[in-house]
Amino acid sequence: MQLTGSQMVIEALKAEGVKVAFGYPGGAVLNIYDEIYKQNDFRHILTRHEQAALHAADGYARATGEVGVALVTSGPGFTNAVTGIATAYTDSIPMVVISGQVATPLIGTDGFQEIDAVGISRPCTKHNFLVKSVEELPLVLKKAFYLARSGRPGPVHVDIPKDITAETGPFAYPDEITMQTYKPHTRGNPRQIQKAIAAIKSARQPVLYVGGGAVLSQAAELVRTLVDLTGIPTVETLMARGVLSATSEHLLGMVGMHGTYAANMAMSEADLMIALGARFDDRVTGRLSEFAKHAEIIHVDIDPSSIGKIVEVDYPIVGDLSQVLKELIAGLSDGFEPERLSSWRQRLSNYSTIHPLTYEDSAASIKPQWVVEEVGRCFSAEAVITTDVGQHQMWAAQFYPFDGIHKWVTSGGLGTMGFGFPAAMGAKCARPDLPVINFTGDGSILMNIQELMTAVANDVPVINIILNNNYLGMVRQWQTFFYDNRLSEVNLEKQPDFVKLAEAFGGFGRRVTEKRDLLPAIEDALKSGKVALIDVVVERMEHVLPMVPTGGSLFNMILEHKE
Amino acid sequence: MKTERRVVSVVTLNEHGVLSRISGLFAGRGYNIESLTVAPVPGSEFSHVSIETQGNQRVLEQIVKQLHKLIPVLKVIEHEAENTIEKEMAMVKFPINESLSDIDALCRAYNGKIANVGADFIVGMVTDEPRRVANFLKAVEKYRPTEVVKSGVVAMERE
Ligand SMILES: Cc1ncc(C[n+]2csc(CCOP(=O)(O)OP(=O)(O)O)c2C)c(N)n1
Repeated sequence: MQLTGSQMVIEALKAEGVKVAFGYPGGAVLNIYDEIYKQNDFRHILTRHEQAALHAADGYARATGEVGVALVTSGPGFTNAVTGIATAYTDSIPMVVISGQVATPLIGTDGFQEIDAVGISRPCTKHNFLVKSVEELPLVLKKAFYLARSGRPGPVHVDIPKDITAETGPFAYPDEITMQTYKPHTRGNPRQIQKAIAAIKSARQPVLYVGGGAVLSQAAELVRTLVDLTGIPTVETLMARGVLSATSEHLLGMVGMHGTYAANMAMSEADLMIALGARFDDRVTGRLSEFAKHAEIIHVDIDPSSIGKIVEVDYPIVGDLSQVLKELIAGLSDGFEPERLSSWRQRLSNYSTIHPLTYEDSAASIKPQWVVEEVGRCFSAEAVITTDVGQHQMWAAQFYPFDGIHKWVTSGGLGTMGFGFPAAMGAKCARPDLPVINFTGDGSILMNIQELMTAVANDVPVINIILNNNYLGMVRQWQTFFYDNRLSEVNLEKQPDFVKLAEAFGGFGRRVTEKRDLLPAIEDALKSGKVALIDVVVERMEHVLPMVPTGGSLFNMILEHKE
Repeated sequence: MKTERRVVSVVTLNEHGVLSRISGLFAGRGYNIESLTVAPVPGSEFSHVSIETQGNQRVLEQIVKQLHKLIPVLKVIEHEAENTIEKEMAMVKFPINESLSDIDALCRAYNGKIANVGADFIVGMVTDEPRRVANFLKAVEKYRPTEVVKSGVVAMERE
């Protein structure tokens, strides 16, 4: 079959089962957009900024486990997309990003809207391609999807010069490919697995440290089986929320800087740490020299470079978590004595009792934590929750009653403000059957506010709940704690009227100043069928607690703050 | 942890941008490149890259793993000093009024020779183990060399 480069792009997306792509046109991708106009196989959503197209594709990927697709033009179109690519990269999200490039003869001449796109994306993609000829395009696209979703997933960038989108060449799209130089490990080393099983059987104070890899490997059910079988106390990273049910008696909560006292103490006092798809991020470990001092470490990860990068590991297992878990479960079904752990479990449960995750509710004002809990009571696990970045993100992670994966969408590794709303749109496109709630801040929401137009134009009714504290709250908290309350450039008292703003775009807006008005506002937003901004005025000086100060040890938490 | 010197060979698809993937990895993660030598492997679609680097045990381990992680990389060989032949080359330019026979003898002592004698300059060249090449360069200092060019290290396992 002879096709133009642009037609090849469309055919490849079809063959990959792409249902929706997010993008923004421009000169270098005119030919591709002409083919998009002619086709009916997938939906294209025109965002109002390329960054939002990337976050939307990312949100789509996180809500489904499938590859998200975004399309941008050369030069500024591409540079606008970079934050979105980097966000997906740090959280290992499968994504294919197609950008236009100036025509081949113009490359290197500083042509109009020319930028070295592959040079820029190289450090923030799993891999990238500058397409050299129309003949190689089908295979490049196939490789892009294969690389994005296999092994440790990640964004793959394909830069296509404009002339190649117009040229004609033979099109054959392979169902499967193998690559000589890329062979992701899937099965863990059996000897290491046997050793790990023996270590788990003899541990007295083991802890399961579950990370985002459990979501990427779709291993939640297997993790639950392992936990039920063994009763090993479990902590989740920010990325792993929902792998266990919030109601699980074995879940100690989130670990790390804003983790629970019990979770962080379990990490500090364990004699065996079983890391499942977690990468020992500095927001989790705190001061390294004091981290897990008494523990041997089993580390299961599909990326060999994650193992031994931060901490020394006693039992390294390189493999796909689901595969490895099956073998661990088989090995532990026999000869594991859960009773051995009872005094350890008792100790940890005391920690939870002494220092539970809590806040002081108020009748007079609205506490942000209460908002999260109230929304949780309203929707429980029957919603996709997204967030922006800041205090509201941590409160959502701490207080929402998660249960199940692909329902929690947050920028963990890069911490990108402006992520939440477009990611929510992507998630809503993937899960039109579920309400999609974005917890955001009065700072973050303005970083992609133009997407109100996208949501209205494409009928993507997500609900943004602004926990409005008139501050860049998280930065304000650090200034209060560590800079003697010198509040430098964090005051957001000057604000738009969020209700009118939503309405100006054709969306639903409501300001909530009393607790009793929150649920009716959400109900009305749902009923309106429109994208919503619910502006909730919350206690200004509330703090995210507990907190491990940067560089501090996990077991030294700030538990309360007195003015 | 103590810092060690290590030569790492990388066999990689000989394709667009692969060298900048490798050098970018070193630059972005703050690893050292002491020297770097690249050439196509004859009769194949691969290139052989020899990288001389430094770091503690953990850094060296990460370098190898990160290189492996690059999609076009087929093979990474971490050379153990005992099992490896390492060679490096140097060319040195001297004013013509320096002693030709002294320079010639020195070059020969380090597996080299006079490569050229022109109207104003003598060029000597040697190929030897990195430490010996360093010694050679020290030894020729008194002949007032006007220019020194050194290659990176290439390495091969003995067996
Ligand atoms: C793009 C970007 N710029 C800056 C930061 C640094 N930062 C982290 S949290 C934060 C404040 C966020 O304020 P807001 O969205 O109002 O949320 P709050 O903390 O008040 O809940 C800032 C500025 C960031 N994470 N991302």
